[in-house]
Amino acid sequence: MLCAQKKVGLVFFPAYDWAISPNHPEREERLLYTQDQILEEGLFDIAGVVELKPDPVVPADIQRVHFCVPDVWSIATESHFISAGGAKTVGIAVSERQVDKGFALVRPPGHHAMRVAHGSRGFCNINIEAVMIEFLRCQYGVDRVAIVDTDCHHGDGTQDIYWHDPDTLFISLHQDGRTLYPGSGFPGELGGPNAVGYTLNVPLPPHTTEEGFLHVIRSAVRPILDDFKPQLIVNSAGQDNHYTDPITNMNFSAQGYAELTSLLNADIAVLEGGYSIEGALPYVNLGIVLAMAGLDYSKVREPDYDRCQIRQSEAVTDAVKSVSDLILAGWQGRNQLREKMLEKRQSHRRTRRIYYDTDGFSESQQEEITACDTCGGALKIDSTSDRGAHILAVHIPRKACPRCQETGHGWYDDASVRRFDQVFLQDRPGDKYHVKKK
Amino acid sequence: MIIGLDVGGTHTDVVLLDNAGLLREVKVATDASDLFRSVFKGLNAITEGVDTGAIRRIVLSTTLTTNAIIQNTIPPVGMIVSAGPGIDPEHFRTNPHYVCVKGSIDHRGREVEPVQPEETQAAAERFRKDGIRQVGVVGKFSVRNPAHEIRIGELLGNSFDKIFLGHRVSGGLNFARRIATTFLNAAVYPIHKTFFDAVLNSLSVKGLRLPLRLLKADGGNMKLEASVDFPAQTILSGPAASVMGAVAMAARDEDAIVMDIGGTTTDLAVLIGRAPALAPHGIDIGPYRTLIRSLETLSIGMGGDSAVRLKNGCLTVGPDREGPAILFGGSVPTPTDALAVIGDLAHEDRARARAGLKPVADKMGIPIETLADQVVETACRAMLEAAGRLTAHINGKPVYTLHEFKEGYQVRPRSILVLGGPAPCFAKHLQRLTPMQVRVVPRWQAANAIGAALARTTCEVGLFADTEQRVASAPAEKFLQPIMDGYGLEAATAQALGLLRVKALERGANPDYLEMEVVESQQFNMVRGFNTSGKNIRVRVQVKPGLIHGYDDLLRSLAAPAP
Ligand SMILES: [Zn+2]
Ligand SMILES: [Zn+2]
Repeated sequence: MLCAQKKVGLVFFPAYDWAISPNHPEREERLLYTQDQILEEGLFDIAGVVELKPDPVVPADIQRVHFCVPDVWSIATESHFISAGGAKTVGIAVSERQVDKGFALVRPPGHHAMRVAHGSRGFCNINIEAVMIEFLRCQYGVDRVAIVDTDCHHGDGTQDIYWHDPDTLFISLHQDGRTLYPGSGFPGELGGPNAVGYTLNVPLPPHTTEEGFLHVIRSAVRPILDDFKPQLIVNSAGQDNHYTDPITNMNFSAQGYAELTSLLNADIAVLEGGYSIEGALPYVNLGIVLAMAGLDYSKVREPDYDRCQIRQSEAVTDAVKSVSDLILAGWQGRNQLREKMLEKRQSHRRTRRIYYDTDGFSESQQEEITACDTCGGALKIDSTSDRGAHILAVHIPRKACPRCQETGHGWYDDASVRRFDQVFLQDRPGDKYHVKKK
Repeated sequence: MIIGLDVGGTHTDVVLLDNAGLLREVKVATDASDLFRSVFKGLNAITEGVDTGAIRRIVLSTTLTTNAIIQNTIPPVGMIVSAGPGIDPEHFRTNPHYVCVKGSIDHRGREVEPVQPEETQAAAERFRKDGIRQVGVVGKFSVRNPAHEIRIGELLGNSFDKIFLGHRVSGGLNFARRIATTFLNAAVYPIHKTFFDAVLNSLSVKGLRLPLRLLKADGGNMKLEASVDFPAQTILSGPAASVMGAVAMAARDEDAIVMDIGGTTTDLAVLIGRAPALAPHGIDIGPYRTLIRSLETLSIGMGGDSAVRLKNGCLTVGPDREGPAILFGGSVPTPTDALAVIGDLAHEDRARARAGLKPVADKMGIPIETLADQVVETACRAMLEAAGRLTAHINGKPVYTLHEFKEGYQVRPRSILVLGGPAPCFAKHLQRLTPMQVRVVPRWQAANAIGAALARTTCEVGLFADTEQRVASAPAEKFLQPIMDGYGLEAATAQALGLLRVKALERGANPDYLEMEVVESQQFNMVRGFNTSGKNIRVRVQVKPGLIHGYDDLLRSLAAPAP
């Protein structure tokens, strides 16, 4: 009988009665053939692979991460509570050492959901990885976390949430933003002034194959992880880099995903995108689970797999190499860059517009962060959506210094509900969430 | 009249009953080395002086196939396995003559790679040379398209006694379990066939032409004729017999735990209403995980003869048995001895039980009576803890829809039905420790044979339809039909129920009281590009395990206090 080298906990929640809309890529059918494959392969009969039933998250879990406008129930539906709960359940099992590794094979996904959430973007409403990570930090004292996002789309939501957090290393590998939604994730995006270098973006040219992906993992991601020494590595395991994916242009295969999983050696994987539901997902998911369990995956391949057909061009290989080197340099130069940014001013501001493609409206934000060399800094976001909501959101980070705590509380206390529809305070040192309304 | 016969490890229990009451009850010793003799002795004893013309059926539950597998006395068989991409099928090897061949089918039943006839022919040649008589053929996703298994079966030709095709032994997904199930069917086939040919022969020598049925692990029965194609379904029918015996005592609208307390173990099952809860995949036996439908059971090493010891100053009971109770000539004290000390087990030699417990009591520095109470309480707590564990296990099964997540049925047992040798003695003590109502199953010593006698014929059908490929199929039933426009979940369900009805009648069900139910019905829109290309439909229907119709008076008379 097959026996896993590493014990893997799996939450499988395909949400067979939930879709964004009937013909949407994020529909009922998405994990159907994956289920067929894992049932037929007898994955849950492997000694050391256990299926866990997810516990849904509670609103406080979401409020630790997001400012939901107007409230949690307007942003997260039952399916989001369960899919985030799937990630949380896996996180608990890993933290309590019931299993060595965990995989939340759940939908809907979450990596495009930002800290302020007015609606749904890129099929995502709440960021299920962030909800899990912040729960684990709160409950199990986990501190340093690395998130490696291997979905084909830039993980702009996760980037936004951890932009100012020097304890969270976020690395996203994705198809070049000039050729794909959401159009961001360039090497120059390195994080806010207090956490510069802890956000790293690796845009890859269209038609990159596993050769290119694995090169980046070996020559940049792995060395950076070894240097950062996280207590927990989370893989946002999107599967839309596959050569058969209908909404992207990459050439990744099931074998490549399995190998990436072994190389990355993440503690927890969370499913993100992946819309080649018949040609890719059944094989990719099988490969990922076998790789996590330390089992042989050499015979896992797509029925139509032909290595020669998807070989990557020399131009692609060169482009991948140079971006990989650039990222490594960005990481190595992060301290100098931070000093330069911090000596400039007391606080930093940025203004942006955020488009909610799934729901079809925009938000504009003015963000202010206190420059601080001891903590993540107090963060204030003034946000207005096209739908008319105007809110102020104040975030005091988990390990905020007394000065930044004071600044955050001051911002919240001084904000008038005559100016804003709602004023929010995420007080992470106190694990509290406050709302003021008109 | 119906005869129910259950061959257990030590006794063979036989009952004769009709719709008014239990007519006769016989217990004979089981001769493990000659089960045929045990069965025959039991049948002889129960039919003595009875007008055998009025016997409508005999339902047998034996340990024949179970023993053969556990003791590994099965003959060599040949296995031909085709996997395609995925986990290396070498990991699922069941036996030495296990050959992996090319050919593959995908999850929708489409051919990915064709069969290579030479490979099968070469394997067949080798099997023949090694004197193999039965062959199993299993392909990955054969339950979505059995063409490769059928083709390989044809290539094997007529030179084997019996060929088992994987898609026929179960309609469920799980390649590794399908391999094990097919292997076990092929392996126990000759033992099973020889045995029942002998039983039929002996009966006809006696002038008895009685319709024989066999109990299955899911608590249902099947005709003997049907069992030659699925002999492995008789594995582990014994525990099912006891559970079916308890069903008669369960309330219609209540969940209950069944506890069959034996000498070495206590076996637990769950009744939902009056239907036993089924295991989601199938039986695990020895090293094999199968697709053989069975009751969801939990067995713990705690029974009347569990060894009582002092370990590092702590009192332990079980999980092993070192022999009979001291009361009955053993050398290690047991809960049975404790029950005798307390006075719940009538025995003329109570002093012997006291003497047996004394060394342990002395070491603990407590009176013998106090130790006896502690032993019984420890045993009862272990049984109740197991009941909680089984309930949590059933309720903790993952679900895949929001609807089930919110509305999924949660088992909440309110009663415990106990049976087995020491049942009445334990019942009282269990009751002190639990808010659930503890009831002793009437005729608890023969409940297993009564359960076998009254079990109904069960079976299930899985149907899969793909409107893009315009086909509906239930390979286990040899069913494959093109479908028309407008075919949907409703039509698929009707078709599945129709197939189930035919199958149930073939296996021996009563056409007038066929309790069929839909276990699973799912329909998915398949979207390719921006258009719906078809529907993917999955339906599973079953005849619910339960008791046969028309025996309510009998059940009432059983439940009434004994005269
Ligand atoms: Zn994506
Ligand atoms: Zn600070």
